[in-house]
Amino acid sequence: MLSRGRHSVLANEPVGPYRLLRVERGRAEPGIPGQFFMLEAPGRVLPRPMSLCLAPPGELDFLFEPVGRGTRALAALEAGDELAILGPLGNGFRLDVDRPLLVGGGIGMAPLPYLSEKLGGPPAVLGFRTAHHAEAAALLPGSEVAVEPGLVTELLPAGHDVLACGPERMLQAVGALFPGAQLAWEAPMACGYGACYGCAVDLDGTYKRLCVEGPVLEAAACS
Amino acid sequence: MLLNASGCLDALAAPEVARAFDAFVTKTVTPLPREGNEPTRIAETDHGLLNSIGLQNPGRERFLAVVLPQLRGLGVPIWVSVGGFSADEYAETCSRLSDVTIELNLSCPNVDEAPEAAAEIVAACRAETPFPLYAKLSPSLPNMADAARAAQAAGADGLSLVNTIRGLALDEQTLRPRLARGAGGYSGPALKPIALAAVYACYRATGLPIVGMGGVSTGRDALELIAAGASAVAVGTALFGDPGVPNRVRADLYKAAAALGFEDPLAARGIAHAPDPPLVLSKVTTNKTPAYMAK
Repeated sequence: MLSRGRHSVLANEPVGPYRLLRVERGRAEPGIPGQFFMLEAPGRVLPRPMSLCLAPPGELDFLFEPVGRGTRALAALEAGDELAILGPLGNGFRLDVDRPLLVGGGIGMAPLPYLSEKLGGPPAVLGFRTAHHAEAAALLPGSEVAVEPGLVTELLPAGHDVLACGPERMLQAVGALFPGAQLAWEAPMACGYGACYGCAVDLDGTYKRLCVEGPVLEAAACS
Repeated sequence: MLLNASGCLDALAAPEVARAFDAFVTKTVTPLPREGNEPTRIAETDHGLLNSIGLQNPGRERFLAVVLPQLRGLGVPIWVSVGGFSADEYAETCSRLSDVTIELNLSCPNVDEAPEAAAEIVAACRAETPFPLYAKLSPSLPNMADAARAAQAAGADGLSLVNTIRGLALDEQTLRPRLARGAGGYSGPALKPIALAAVYACYRATGLPIVGMGGVSTGRDALELIAAGASAVAVGTALFGDPGVPNRVRADLYKAAAALGFEDPLAARGIAHAPDPPLVLSKVTTNKTPAYMAK
């Protein structure tokens, strides 16, 4: 059952070049880490898909990078403003893993703090473009950080159940090293609930809707 | 009557949304399965949405054997959107459908079109089915009224107006097309005046039942399409931003109609074609001498 409601903004804080948008939770469920929400982007035709970054009591917190018109509109929200939020949507990470290792690249670290909380604080490796971007690592205390030209794949110990989110090339590299990894992908998405067929990704040679099949997929299923 | 626009809702993924409509319109069914177009498939613009999905669907056989029986379980009347690449293909699919309304997708901007004119396809389908047949026309036809009259003469029971219109969006940084296929079908708020003009012209030309669609996101939008001549209204792009839109549009439509003195929204059907209401002189309250007369 789809759940959509209006939520008040509590704060909209800079984290390096990113923003942490904190909204009142209301009756929304935080869902499983890796699931996502469609956030109304004020003045835009479509909402924007965002995974949940943190779920403190009474809050839903989203980390995003203002890169386009929708995310810039979200970055302009102020405490007291309201926005509509639909979700949680899609399939999150499986949490029944023995030796979890979290891997994030850039804004792809967004779902990892909430995931870390659910898994009891497993080791984490994060990669960023610059030291400024790496300030976001503060949201995941204790994580190991690689800054370009360093790569997260150079820091990954063997023998772990990898749960990763990041840019496509990072996910492909991580998937090649850990075929059992759970990878959270992204795609341009109009609706988030299977209606538009916009978020098609090539899985095993056929186009599937990422919002329905994913966004978290086993590495072995991704071509 | 409120429907979803074809391709804008998966009733099996979101059954409660489909049930909020008076009928569910399927994504277009083609004879063979289609993978759809390469991503990127969607791009938002300032006033609408470009899509290039490319009629991704499981094909006629799987649709008839698996999908349609499941859809019938929803308890909502089903409209099947039928596509093809020749008149024969459309007609064969029509011959195999029963107890549905058929909407012929004669106007997808994202795939190659059948060589025949819309009216020829309608005539071929009419020969194969006794069920209600709606022709969905493109708003880019040079003369909508002529196309509507031709569809009517070929046996269409109604019209669906309008499909998306071809558009292009360029990337902010690279100035290259944002969709992998270049151009796509444009929908959303920007399409509303185009849809209104098409409904207005085709109502006047044919008097057929018309499903009006294009940029509907409020009850007022729906009322305007009805005033232009629509007998039913469909919601498309607005569903993407809010799956609660059917109930909201329906409630707002009744309010918007009542506020203008229409007990039922359909009482406003075609009112846009009526002569202007007489000027109500009592509303002229000024008694100042206009500046140009004072000189």
